Order: sequence, then C-alpha cells, then structure tokens
Amino acid sequence: MSAVTSALELMAGGYAAGALLPLAMPSPRAARLATAAGAVAGSAGGLLAGALVLATGTPVAAAFPGLVSAAGGIAIGLDRLGALFLALTAAVSLLAAIYGASYTAEYDGRRSLGAFGFTFNLFLLGMALVPCAANVFTFLLAWELMALSSYFLVMTDSARVETREAGLWYIAMTHFGFVLLLPMFLLMAPSADLTTFADLRAGAAALSPGVRNVVFLLALLAFGSKAGIVPLHVWLPRAHPAAPSHVSALMSGVMIKLGIYGLIRVAFDFMPGGPVWWGGVLLAAGCMSALLGVLYALMEHDLKRLLAYHSVENIGIILIGLGAGAVLQRFGLGALAAIGFAGALFHTVNHASFKALLFFGAGGVIQQTHTANMEELGGLIKRMPHTALYFLVGSAAIAALPPLNGFASEWLVFQSLLAGTHIPRPEIAIGFPLAVGMLALTGGLAAACFVKAFGITFLAMPRSEHAARAGEPPWSMRLPMLVLAAACLVLGVASPVVVRGLLVIGESVPGLSAHGAVQAPRFWLTVPGSPTQVSPLMIAALLGAIVVVAAVVLRMRGLALRRADTWGCGRIGQTPRMEYTASAFAEPLRRVFSELYRPAEDLSISAHPESRYFVRTITYTSHVVPWFERAFYDPLIRGTRAVATRVRRLQAGSIHLYLLYVATALVLALVSAWWLQ
Amino acid sequence: MSRVAAVLLQTLLAVALAPALTGFIRWLKARLQGRRGAPPWQPYFELRKLFAKEAVMSHTASWIFTATPFVVFGTSVAVASLVPLVLAPTDRFIVGDLFAVVYLLLLGTFFLALGGLDTGSPFGGMGASREMTVVALTEPTVALSIVALALNAGSTNFSQIVGRTIADPVTALGPGHLLAFAALFVVTLAETGRLPVDNPSTHLELTMIHEAMILEYSGPYLALIEWGSSLKLLLFFALAANLFMPWGLALSFAPAALAVGLLSVVLKLAILATAVAVFETRIAKLRLFRVPELLSASFVLALLAVVSTFLAGQTP
Repeated sequence: MSAVTSALELMAGGYAAGALLPLAMPSPRAARLATAAGAVAGSAGGLLAGALVLATGTPVAAAFPGLVSAAGGIAIGLDRLGALFLALTAAVSLLAAIYGASYTAEYDGRRSLGAFGFTFNLFLLGMALVPCAANVFTFLLAWELMALSSYFLVMTDSARVETREAGLWYIAMTHFGFVLLLPMFLLMAPSADLTTFADLRAGAAALSPGVRNVVFLLALLAFGSKAGIVPLHVWLPRAHPAAPSHVSALMSGVMIKLGIYGLIRVAFDFMPGGPVWWGGVLLAAGCMSALLGVLYALMEHDLKRLLAYHSVENIGIILIGLGAGAVLQRFGLGALAAIGFAGALFHTVNHASFKALLFFGAGGVIQQTHTANMEELGGLIKRMPHTALYFLVGSAAIAALPPLNGFASEWLVFQSLLAGTHIPRPEIAIGFPLAVGMLALTGGLAAACFVKAFGITFLAMPRSEHAARAGEPPWSMRLPMLVLAAACLVLGVASPVVVRGLLVIGESVPGLSAHGAVQAPRFWLTVPGSPTQVSPLMIAALLGAIVVVAAVVLRMRGLALRRADTWGCGRIGQTPRMEYTASAFAEPLRRVFSELYRPAEDLSISAHPESRYFVRTITYTSHVVPWFERAFYDPLIRGTRAVATRVRRLQAGSIHLYLLYVATALVLALVSAWWLQ
Repeated sequence: MSRVAAVLLQTLLAVALAPALTGFIRWLKARLQGRRGAPPWQPYFELRKLFAKEAVMSHTASWIFTATPFVVFGTSVAVASLVPLVLAPTDRFIVGDLFAVVYLLLLGTFFLALGGLDTGSPFGGMGASREMTVVALTEPTVALSIVALALNAGSTNFSQIVGRTIADPVTALGPGHLLAFAALFVVTLAETGRLPVDNPSTHLELTMIHEAMILEYSGPYLALIEWGSSLKLLLFFALAANLFMPWGLALSFAPAALAVGLLSVVLKLAILATAVAVFETRIAKLRLFRVPELLSASFVLALLAVVSTFLAGQTP
C-alpha cells in the first residue's frame, strides 16, 4: 500500500523535476539530460506503481480534498484496469525519454529545450494521471493537461505551415471531445458534490436506459475522438507526423489508448451490461476504422503519416474485440466474451509496443536522412542495420505475423468473432462473419503496407543523397528500439501467460467479467469450450528449428556465392531510378479501391516545340483526399467560417457598443434569474 | 512418442511428395496440350541440379535476400506439420489451427515480397507489389471459408473439423460446404500462382507475379523457394481435399488405417491436380486488374457458404 503511494510520489516528483529543472539549465545539452532524467525517474515510479497494483491486485486510493476543494479536490485511485494502463504508459514514456535525450539534439540552439522539457514532462504527467484519476475533476485536469501539453509538443516545428495546420486540427478535435466529456460526467453524477468515480458508478446504476444510451454515445464520441475512431480520426494523421518522433510514439502508442481506457471505464465499468446495440456500434465502428485506416495508410508515402493511419487501424481492431465481447456477453456467452475482451486489452498492449518501436525507427530514419518521404529513401539496411532489424520486427508484429505479439492478439479477436455464430439471433450472428472478412482483409492489406514501408525505406538502393549518407543513430536511440523489439517477441511467445494476466484484469471490471468462467492454460492460447488452440512458442520453436536445419545442411554441402549486378535486360549500371517506388508499389491496390480513393491526378507533358514526339518533361501528381473529409469536414469548416465572419460584426471596436452588450447581458441575466425563481 | 513420430513422418512425406505434384501437373498439361512433356519426376532433377550450383547475388541485396528462401521454406514445412495429410492427430502435437496456417503462409509471402524488393530490380518490385495485392484480396475469402468450416465443427481446430465432417457426411454435401470448397479452390489458384491469376510457366515480364519476385534467385536459394512453393501448392490441395472430403483420412495409428489414408490422399491430390491441369489448359490468364473481380466473386461464394451453413444450422 505504502510502497505504491511512494512509487506514485516518485512519479509525480520525477515528472515535476523533469519539467522544472530544464528551465534552469545553462546549456541545451544539460536541458536535454535534465528532461530525460526527470522523465526516466517519473516513469520508473509510474511503472513500479502499476506493476505493484497488478501484482498484488489491491486497489490504492489517496485523496487530497484540500487541493482545489471547490471542484471536489484531487483524488487518486488505482485499480487493476488503471494499473495496466499506467504501467503501459510509464513503460513507453521511460523508453521515449531515453530516446528523446539524443533525438532532440537537433533542436540545440534552434529552440528552447527548457520549454520543450517542461511541456514534455507535463505531457507524461498528464498521461500517467489519467488512469490514476478517481474523480471527475482529477480526470478532466489530467485529460486537459495531456491534451494541451501535447498540442505544444506537436507545435515544436511551428515554422512549418503543415505543423500549424496540424496543430489547429488537433486542438479543435481534442476540445470537441472535451466538450462532450462534461455533459457525460454531468449526466452520471448524482449531484454536484458527489463526483468521485464510486459516486458515478452508483449514479449510473440509477439512470434510466435512455439516459444511459446518451451517456454511452457521448463517451463513444468523446473518447473516440481521442482514440481516433473513423471519422473522428482526422487530426491523427496530421498531428502525429508533425510532432518530434518520440512524441509521436507516445501519442500513437499510448495517448490514443487512453481514449480506449476512458471508453472501457465509462461503458464497461460504470455502466456494465449495456444493451446489445452498444456492442454492435463498437463492432461496426471498429471494422470501419480498421479497414479505412489501413486503406488510407496504403496511399501514404510519408513514413510517419503511414504509421499514424495504422494507429487508426489498430484502434479499430481493439474496438472489434471490445464490441464482439460486449455482444457475446449480452447473450450469456461470458466465457467467449472474455476472449474478445482479453484480445482487445492484449492488442492495446501490443500496439503500444510495436507502434512505439516503429515510430522510434522512423525517427531514426528522419534524424539521419532529414526526410520521411519514402520516395527519397532506400538502401538504409546497409547503413543502419540495427534500426532496420528493429523496424522489420515491428513491421512483422503489426502485420500479425506469427510468432510475434500482433498475431497472438489478432488470433484472440478472430476467435471471439467466430464465437459470434453461437448467438441465437441470426440477424445479429450474421454480422460476425462479415467482421471476420473485414478483419482478414485488414490483415492482408496491413502486410502489403508494411512490405512497402520496410521494403521501400530500407531495401535496395538509396534514392537520394541524404539516404546514401545516413548512419546508425546513437545507442540511446537504439536501446529503446531493442527493448521494444524484444518485447514484441516475448509478448508473442509468452502470450498465454500474458492472456492469463489480462483475464484477471478483465475479471476486476464489472462489464468485462466472465465471473471466473475462463481457465486459461499456461502454454496455449485456447478458446473456452472448444479444442481450438495455438501455441506461438511452439510455432517459433518449429520455425526456428526448420530454418536452422535447412541453413546447416546447405552450409555443410558448401554454398558457393558469387556477387554480381542485378539483372537488367542487358543494360549496364543500375540506378535508383529503375527501382520500384512506393507509389508504384501501391498502384494496383489504388486501382482496385479507386471507387473509395477517387484519386485526383494531374499529368502534364511538355514536348519539344518542333515535335510532340520529343518529350522534355513529364510531371505527374496524384493525391487522395479521404471522402469523409470532403463530405463532412469541408462543409463543417466552411460553415464555421461563414458563421464566424457574421459574428465578427459584433466586435466593431466601439466601446459604446461593448457597454451596450454588457448592459444587455446583465439585464438578461437578472430577468432569467427572476424568471427561474 | 508415436504421435510425434507420426506428425514428423507426415511432414516429411509432404515435403518429399511436393515436387512430384508440381511435376505431375506440368506433365499432364503438356499431354493435354499435345506435347510429350517432361516426366512427372523432373522437378527432383531440377532441385538436385539447383542445389549443386553456385548462387549469384546482387550487389545491392542485403541479408533479407539470403534469409528469405529459408523463411519461405521454413513456413511451408511448418504448415505441413499442421495440415492433416494422411492422418488427423487429435491432441496437442499440432501447434496451431487454421488461422495459424493462414498467417504462417502470410509470413512466407511477406518475406518473399521483401526478397523481391531487395535487389532493386523493377521486376522484383513489380512482382512484390502484385503478389501482395493478390494475397491481401484473398485473405477475406480464406477467412470466410474458415468460418464456414468452423460453423459446423464449432472450432478452427483441424481434427475437430475433420472429425465432424466424417461423423456427419450429409453436411459435406450441403450447399455451404460445396460453396466454401469452390471459394477455397479459387483462392488456391490465386495463392499458389496458378492460372488464371498468374502463369507459372512463363517468364514474360508483363504477365508474371510470382516468377517476377524470384527472378534474382539462383542456385540453392532458388531450389529452396521452388520447393517451398510446390509444398505450398500441395498443402492448399491437402486442405481443400481433407477438410471438405476427409474420407479415408486415418484417425488412428492402426497400420491398415494409415495405408488407406496414404492411398486416399494420393488419390485426392491426383484428382485435384488433374482438375487444375485441365482448368489451366482450357483458360487464359486474366488481366491483372480483372483478378480482383475473380477474387470478389470467390468472396461472395464464401459469404454465401457462410450464410447457407448458418441458416442450415439454425433451422433444426
């Protein structure tokens, strides 16, 4: 108990020190080190606290009613679910802090690293506090701290137009979510002074079904805008690439997961046993996010934007698991529902590991080549072999290839979808096979996308001078990648053990509980009540054994190897212009899904004035604008702008007019007060 | 112990038999087209020749290029240990289910595509891009066929599916089963690079998919890839044959049952190989951008299979 409290104190103290110390540091280098040291200490505290609560299972609570008592005071509470998210957040924060120490070196002298360290540590503190919050005020405070500090981190490169635009999208979408959070909490709270989470749980139980539905929808929209559910994900592919890479890793790996945390907290903890359509909505939103996320990722040639779209996809997979579980549970299939919930939680953990890894890898590439445009990269596997290996592990994991962790969690989600056919209502059950098809398509497209991402970036010949001159990033950036790559493998082969732990966490949340119906074995991933099983550990051993035997046999026979040029139909000398590009790689899929993409293409050919058969230059540009941006956001932005132009007339600059407004407002307030009494 | 030995023997049998299957299809196609053709055991000679040759590797290639043949061969062999061929083992000596098979094969394809990109040759990139497109589009059909099979058996476990179909032969002739079989057959053609999706006997650059990816491979590396590919073909045939028509498959270790199992699997593979050979003789290759239409048709078949299996399961 006290150990956890001291760990949490270390967390708060570490982040506070990490926020304040860099401001006082004389040199940029010292500021960077102070930022990292504070963040490492704080994250270690958070990790320790989360791990302790997970190990003992005893919830911890602490209240500071004196702090901002008018709003209910600060209340901290850490149960198993919160501890999982805290441990996840702290683990990725720890690695990002180490990574950032040398990654931010490029800002030396160009930007205030003291201010950067301040916002960075506040961001980490905000994220760590969200799963610890135990009343509305603390939650909203942490949520807003996280949102605002990350906004400033996104704006680090504010000289670029895209960054400023990304920041605007981000701040608008995040506050859209915040605005919805307020009525959501208001509806659940029994009265204005009862705002702890225990009060909300009690309050939610007393709500009528209609109000509960409204609360659910508000939660879905509010937390969905943070998690990046389609069509609320628009900020994600803009903001994540604009931020420094270790901040992108945190935003994509952890921050959007806190949206999932909020959703679980409200929809499954405060309001367990919701109607079937809640699960159905989650399932449908998940399928749409997964499929659209990966489809738009395929069209991106900016490494970080591609990764950002994949976050949308993976949030979709998490939601599919949650939604399938929710529907199954409603039909009394609790043991099978637990598989879906465990799959969703597992995928949350897994996505944090491989997405942080991939963003770290992309950061290494950007630091060395100063571009994230895949069309200018290539051949990096020879110049940065370690980074390439780690990125390959991350790519294979996110493409759900066995025996890595992505495979294990997607297997669970698949099995929970298959279990949907046990549902006695055919019109509901038939949706599940469709979801299986969409998830399978998502998996196949993700594999294609990461062949592109890894193959074009790291293989063959460099496509630009920058790529040809790249080198390996420093060890402090490679170490976090090594740790995460190892985590991808370990979480994969040890997945049965992890799933046992996640089932225990699920049991502690009312809406996720199977009431002890699932006994997971130690070495197999299984489905309750059926002989279905898989063992990633044994698959890994089997694959390893076969490959080793084949390699040894070939070696013993004596393998003669000769180096030569790539075959080129007789021409001499190979240039990077002959390589396949990222656009070319994705072209077949762009054609197949052209109805969805509706790409805008522009081809201009300038010929020699004498004859049109002598072409001087050909310029081809093509870009894809997602349809929901055209269909939904464009009119919204135009409308907002039109209204804002009208409203501007109110602000005429005349002091007399303003006094009139004040007087009118006062009169209206008095009249309404009198009328309400 | 005998179970481990049985799985091991069955895997080795698949590995040993795979080149013969490819050779048989080639020989039969030649006969159907009025040529004499190489004998069915020709692929064994080719493998022996390739293993004895030196390998040539591009200057631009990295370790991905050399690792790929081993991964491709390794995943195929690993899958061979999961798929019921002569006998359907009923306990935990099988380390995975149908989804594990699908994703293991995807692992092989993933590396094959990377190997194609690694040399910087435009052919390799072209093949990789097309292969990944085709594979991505076949995944939903594969998954729905799995659902259709699992609906009857209540599991994606092989022995459960096989046992259920043997116990209840009527389901095997039901519309759901037949439609799923048709869908999986189309997928087999697409995944193993057969006509009308890909032409396995051409090196003409504009039509090829699989051959373009492996254009830079030679010597023992090429041998491993070729062997892995023919093993993949055999495994898809074995899946189609033994999951939809499991009769004859041994369920025990009795020598008589094993003999019947061996005979029946050879017979079933020969029937499917003949069907593919006749099919490939009769049709031409589709344009690449017509392939998605074929694959979406197979997806519809699989969806119909699921719906009809589902409704059949609901009515009683």
